[in-house]
Amino acid sequence: MTVQQSDLKLDGNAIAGLLREIFTMEMTTAESTCAGCHKVHAVGQVEVYMNAPGAVVRCPACGQVQMRIVKGGGRYWLDLSGIRCLEFSA
Amino acid sequence: MARAAVLGRLNWQLGSVAELVQETPRVASLVLDVPEWQGHLAGQHVDVRLTADDGYQAERSYSIASAPEDQRLAITVERLDDGEVSPYLVGEVRKSDKIELRGPIGGYFVWKGGDDRPLLLVAGGSGVVPLMAMIRHRSASKSTTPTTLLYSSRSEDDIIYKAELDALSAAGDGLTVAHCLTRMQPPGWRGYSRRIDRAMLEEVAWPKQQNPIIFVCGPTPMVEGVAGHLVDMGFDPASIKTERFGPTGG
Repeated sequence: MTVQQSDLKLDGNAIAGLLREIFTMEMTTAESTCAGCHKVHAVGQVEVYMNAPGAVVRCPACGQVQMRIVKGGGRYWLDLSGIRCLEFSA
Repeated sequence: MARAAVLGRLNWQLGSVAELVQETPRVASLVLDVPEWQGHLAGQHVDVRLTADDGYQAERSYSIASAPEDQRLAITVERLDDGEVSPYLVGEVRKSDKIELRGPIGGYFVWKGGDDRPLLLVAGGSGVVPLMAMIRHRSASKSTTPTTLLYSSRSEDDIIYKAELDALSAAGDGLTVAHCLTRMQPPGWRGYSRRIDRAMLEEVAWPKQQNPIIFVCGPTPMVEGVAGHLVDMGFDPASIKTERFGPTGG
């Protein structure tokens, strides 16, 4: 079976557990504003690629990388530079 | 079990396999006793972690199949032959075995009920699992929310929960199930015999004036195709919730 890049695309639901580890909160209902196009999406809606050495999150509207999350050796690396604002319930 | 999910740090906990149900040749449900379980919402999932003798760990996420009202927690797993976790869960695991899990996880792809808007559920293959939790929740809570499940499988033998879906849709409380079989149909098959397309959605979907709540779960190309058709048909994108799964699972 040939695996197409598009078949490797998942969504924010796939990193719900990982985000819960980091934020200790349910984050798929959080809303993220893209730093590229300024559109707002629920984290459950964003595009997620897990076939890298970590999770890469892209904006479903413009494709900009919003988040990169790597976990290894007891540490996390969290790059949120593609998100302008992350809003969630206190 | 019906308490709302409690937030805070998620801890790994042990569940004991109380029952194994072979749903199809490739799919099994594991019904688990989880003493520390805090309850869940229909549509949420759990992470399952296996640890090898040498300490190597593999983690996968599985949708919860049971209703929040059920006494035990059920997950339904499709065996992927080259997977690391699913061949153990479907084929190796035995009754009374202990499984390490954490959850419930997720909050976006959930249906809580108590809403009069009709429900349109669209499933491809094992994408039916979180939708089955919603259907079971609907039934357990005596909801009569008008609900349609459009469910695509490869063949009749691949239909997960077939007998239960037949029984629930015969109950006459507003659940309709439309099956489509994409690869092989039995003689006399009266359901759809093709992949889900726009014409099919137009036949089964609630009128958009009724403002239905829509959940779509399945392989990525199917989910994106269905969601695209629904948006083209004029449904409010905010009312369409999607969950994709792909070949990175297993």
